[in-house]
Amino acid sequence: MPSSASREITYREAVREAMVGAMRNDPEVFLMGEDVGVYGGAFGVSRGMVEEFGEDRVVDTPISEAGYVGLCTGAALMGMRPIAELQFSDFITHCMDQLVNQAAKIRYMFGGEGSVPMVVRTPGGAGTGAAAQHSQSLEAWFVHVPGLKVVMPSTPYDAKGLLLSAIDDQNTVLFYEHKLLYNRKEEVPDEPYRVPIGEARVSREGEDVTIATAGLMHHYALEAADALSGKGVEAEVVDLRTLSPMDHGSIARSVEKTGRLVVVEEDVKTAGWGAEVISRIVEGESFYALDRAPARVAAADVPIPYNRSLETYIRPTPEKVVDAVQSLLDARVGVYA
Amino acid sequence: MQDNGNRVELLKKMLLSRTFDEKVNDLYAEGKVHGTAHFYVGQESVAIGAIAALREGDVITSTHRGHGHAIAFGLDVDRMAAELLGQATGYCHGKGGSMHIADVRAGMLGANGIVGGSMGIACGAGWAFKHRGQDHAVLCFFGEGAANEGIFHESLNLAAIWKLPVVFLCENNQYGMSMSVKKATAVENISDRATAYGMPGVTVSGAELDEVHDAAAEALERARAGEGPTLLEAITYRYLGHSKSDANLYRTREEIAMWRKRDPIQRFAVKLEEEGLLKEEEWRTLEEQSKRRIEEAFEKAQNQPDPKPESALEDVYA
Ligand SMILES: Cc1ncc(C[n+]2csc(CCOP(=O)(O)OP(=O)(O)O)c2C)c(N)n1
Ligand SMILES: [Mg+2]
Repeated sequence: MPSSASREITYREAVREAMVGAMRNDPEVFLMGEDVGVYGGAFGVSRGMVEEFGEDRVVDTPISEAGYVGLCTGAALMGMRPIAELQFSDFITHCMDQLVNQAAKIRYMFGGEGSVPMVVRTPGGAGTGAAAQHSQSLEAWFVHVPGLKVVMPSTPYDAKGLLLSAIDDQNTVLFYEHKLLYNRKEEVPDEPYRVPIGEARVSREGEDVTIATAGLMHHYALEAADALSGKGVEAEVVDLRTLSPMDHGSIARSVEKTGRLVVVEEDVKTAGWGAEVISRIVEGESFYALDRAPARVAAADVPIPYNRSLETYIRPTPEKVVDAVQSLLDARVGVYA
Repeated sequence: MQDNGNRVELLKKMLLSRTFDEKVNDLYAEGKVHGTAHFYVGQESVAIGAIAALREGDVITSTHRGHGHAIAFGLDVDRMAAELLGQATGYCHGKGGSMHIADVRAGMLGANGIVGGSMGIACGAGWAFKHRGQDHAVLCFFGEGAANEGIFHESLNLAAIWKLPVVFLCENNQYGMSMSVKKATAVENISDRATAYGMPGVTVSGAELDEVHDAAAEALERARAGEGPTLLEAITYRYLGHSKSDANLYRTREEIAMWRKRDPIQRFAVKLEEEGLLKEEEWRTLEEQSKRRIEEAFEKAQNQPDPKPESALEDVYA
């Protein structure tokens, strides 16, 4: 961490601070999205920005996700540094063509002669009682698309540092925020700094099991690790921070130390990004470090229900993480059936 | 109206575009090119007329049927031919092929394999010009089939509310693959839709290079002056199948023959003769020159190196 002054700010403020800093530095950076102006964004992330930068750089759009993400793609191709905000990550379905067939492909299909340095920021995740169309975690879709980077910071520090890296990046970056993280506070340096894209962080050291996770789930994993510690189990927690490109090396190093792996992810289990984490481990050298089968804690394969207790029932919780680790440790060693 | 020397150049460009696509059509038939391509034969006056109205610094976005746009914009037929053959020296180093030819630095922001796919990008280029305080404009080509995609609506609306310097040029060639425009839209002209976005809509005969040119010039002027976008429609026709050859089951031979009679290149050549800018014997020479140029391009392309296999893993960041 740089040695400059710091103070406690929220995740929301950290995201805003990164945008404001980048926009003060570079007139080619702009923010565009639905209600990002005087309204301040659906989750208040851009509050106060239009007052500083004006309506030409903090741009309220019509409800036109394909239109303005397409526009940002073109502006980025021309060398500008657009930040597009999607009000809820569920609405990304409306701009899939712009993201998957245009932004992700342009650099490659033009043979490297062009690039799309765009950031698409969007809040994902459940736990807000917002039901099936305002709660999804669809990030695995984009992990599956070569040409897109996918970032999912879990802390205010990483949110600021990763967003600044994302704005600098020559590639399109999907920047997943989480509605339940916006009010989370921690010490964040005043100065700009960068957290590199593609580097995981070991946020808690332990010897007994590796928990690989990202986003809001990182906090669930840490809670679970504290509870497990009371039972004599020391978990090592790896916060991936970036889902694509994924830092398989850091996960492998931890697994080689602990010999056990549990992935905690908020998306649905089937074809979630956790499957990729596990596949990379079991098809690589570190497979031989495992002394039992890995496990996943993920959402059930259903849409997110509205009712609070139903929602909790199908989502990962710290308790479910504790249970998963416990049953992994209880499993009969060396019996892979 | 362009100056006289320039007018002969425009004729040459139309010929070059036609010869290029006829050659590619033959190469497909002989199995010498793989993948697919969409031919611009019959529509040349639209791209060449409209692009002649551009100024230094203006950019275009193109479509799956983009060879004519690229040639009109001044792309090099050698590198286009190399790209079609998948060679390392092609515009996309063999990674794009017919549907992705681009020269971003020069301002040709790419053909596009997705119908309507470049309309948002065109708005973004217009946005960049506007916010950099540059008085350049964007010429966005798309087919009448693309006018039924959602992105058409969103792009025209955004361009209109923000007065982006974009000219949306719809090449109404009567069909989207087999779907006739009459079955696909209930309005008489695609340009009628402009009213819904609060921008001018203009329909011209695409067979008349001068008509296209003058309408484009006026729309581009509006764009550069900060008065916003225009929806321009050029009525035109593609002579060949939708992609490579097709069986033409959706139209009649008579219909094709009728449109071929109003051939845009012939019409322009006759006009130049009437204006005293072209003699009949010169016409032959021009045709031959253009054939030779294209033969040469594909011969050269055949002798270019294949890309290195490992290059398939390059040019992608994540
Ligand atoms: C989104 C999408 N849908 C369908 C296609 C397949 N397709 C390619 S070109 C085409 C017809 C397009 O018609 P139009 O826009 O009029 O252009 P034209 O081919 O007539 O030049 C179709 C259906 C595609 N490439 N992209
Ligand atoms: Mg058509």
